[in-house]
Amino acid sequence: MSQPRRVVTDIGPADRAFRGIARGGGTTVLVLMAMVGTFLAYRAWDALHVAGWSFFTVQEWNPDGGRFGIAAIIVGTVLIAVVAVVVALPLAMAGALYISEYSPRWLKQWLVTGVDLMAAIPSVVYGLWGFKFLQWNIVPLSRWLSDWFGWIPLFTVDGVTRHDPLPNGTVFTSSTFIAGLVVALMITPIACSVMREAFGQAPQGEREGAYALGATRWGMIRRVVLPFGRGAVIGGTMLGLGRALGETIAVVLIISPVFIIQPHILQNGTSSVSSLIALRFGESSPFGISALMAAGLALFALTLVVNFLASIIVSRSRSGAVSEV
Amino acid sequence: MRADTSVPATRREVRPGTTVPRLDGPSPVRPRRLTRFRGTDVLALFGALASAGAVTTILWFQLSLFTGALGYVIATWCLFVVIYAVLISFDENRPTVRDRVASVTVHSLGLVVIVVLGLIIGFTVVRGWTALTHANFFAQDMSTTGPLDPLTKGGIAHAIVGTLFEVGIALAISVPLGLLGAVFLHEVPGRFSRSVRTVVEAMTALPDILAGLFIYATLILTFGLGFSGFAAACALSLTALPIIIRAADVVLRLVPGSLKEAAYALGSGQWRTVWHVLLPTARSGLMTAVILGMARAIGETSPVLLTAGATGFMNWNPFSGPMMSLPLFAFISVQSPTDNDVARGFGAAATLVVLVVALFLVARLIGGRQPGEVRGRRHRSK
Repeated sequence: MSQPRRVVTDIGPADRAFRGIARGGGTTVLVLMAMVGTFLAYRAWDALHVAGWSFFTVQEWNPDGGRFGIAAIIVGTVLIAVVAVVVALPLAMAGALYISEYSPRWLKQWLVTGVDLMAAIPSVVYGLWGFKFLQWNIVPLSRWLSDWFGWIPLFTVDGVTRHDPLPNGTVFTSSTFIAGLVVALMITPIACSVMREAFGQAPQGEREGAYALGATRWGMIRRVVLPFGRGAVIGGTMLGLGRALGETIAVVLIISPVFIIQPHILQNGTSSVSSLIALRFGESSPFGISALMAAGLALFALTLVVNFLASIIVSRSRSGAVSEV
Repeated sequence: MRADTSVPATRREVRPGTTVPRLDGPSPVRPRRLTRFRGTDVLALFGALASAGAVTTILWFQLSLFTGALGYVIATWCLFVVIYAVLISFDENRPTVRDRVASVTVHSLGLVVIVVLGLIIGFTVVRGWTALTHANFFAQDMSTTGPLDPLTKGGIAHAIVGTLFEVGIALAISVPLGLLGAVFLHEVPGRFSRSVRTVVEAMTALPDILAGLFIYATLILTFGLGFSGFAAACALSLTALPIIIRAADVVLRLVPGSLKEAAYALGSGQWRTVWHVLLPTARSGLMTAVILGMARAIGETSPVLLTAGATGFMNWNPFSGPMMSLPLFAFISVQSPTDNDVARGFGAAATLVVLVVALFLVARLIGGRQPGEVRGRRHRSK
């Protein structure tokens, strides 16, 4: 048996130099990015070493007093992100379906631009809007929710009984719910554009087939478009979730920080990792910074897992083979 | 060869360069239009809307079950969907009812998204309008202006200059590095570039605040640089770098392989192919990637908050002294108790929105075409 002979070509000095430079650029990027992660881990080590496992169970945040942990702030972060995803998922899905299935053709390009623009608006603008506009307009809704659904532990507000006219609106401001709503609006366009891209690629032949079998438009969407884009729906939502976990400025503007586990989403006061860092970095001792780094590292690990799951789900789905996140 | 701009425009000879035949024309498969409105549909829609509004109004003002305008809208909408479904079910079968209900749900939620976008932009501009109408707002800094001073005094000139410096330096770092990184990922495949791609994808998950915290702990605390525009620019370039690399990587992957193979077949090396075929073909997409990174860098607040410091003074030197930027100015001013400061904050936010919208429109204009699609003179003449 004869093996095919190996073809060796000399690529020449110019191309060798080019490859060297490109490889150098890639290495620089790799080193920079890896440095952030390892440096965070390295600086966080001091605090983690002192706190030990109590880092995950203690609720208060007092690094210089020796008692600090992320139990409360991680729960706050996750609750805000969950509220955000619960609100953003239907909005993003409906937006994506409207753009890809319902909108007239002349409107489509404008809507796509509008949604992309919504993704590009700075988070501080969302924060300002939530802080000065939404906060005061949402209080009646919060009150209504707590009046009628207060028997669900999630919607309980301490010190407020049903139809109690006494408490003024401030009990309901600065809550997980409001912060989650603002973050929901920030992640809606991100999730929406991922979904829209996948929905638009659902094969025309299968759509026509569904219509030919007598399906209504919703029947077609239900049986062709949604199954086709399922990976993108999950992946886009998780991508938004990753973003929601790390959101800082909008959350800082809205919440009032408390360091106890706050499961009542309508009630004033909650906490999140990124807002903790933004509020405490300036007044912290070196050990305090190390503790903040540890909290940041926990957040980074959380977003990393979520994003990796998202990209795996998107790339494994039928529509994800060609689409990009 | 690249297009030679020194050639007078009147000469119409074929210049060396990449040309491709026109491929446009009607695509074979076109979705058919399926919407057709009948008079009864419109009647059902408006009838349901009117009755839902009426019922909610009674519940509201007579029984006062709900509070607030937003609750009113939500209650009306829920009732509307139910009544609409009942109306349709009088003369249609169940799949059709489901279809109609899904249709109004999708339409109204889509409308909510657009309305919210309009509200956010509109609210910011309206609240900032009182500040924006003063010319001094764009010409002065806040060095001699206190919180109680009227809007005719003080402005955001220092924040605009700071933003320009910070974003400029951040782009000067992240654009060459990002494009080089993307070219590396595309042109030098292998185990090493796969691991680089994995790390870059991981870093898009990095919360912005951690980039700021990293720079704060290294440049400021360890190396003693102090709060400065340069530190902020470093933090911004860390957040923009993965975005630019990923966007550019996507665009480069869309360049038709036949173009590159043609270049190789004509005997050009890898370097010449990249410089004369790959990059020019993907130019519009690469510009879009850069502009997206730029829009992100302009609006980032949290890394700047940790690294730039806040000041009311104009600072022309990015390497020393705190430097203000637009998002940070908006963030700080809006928390002030005086109305004038809040108005200034909204003015800065509105300026920011206008900047981002402008950048975005530019990106749309440049990147509106598909990568690899060419227009104008680069088409082969017929």
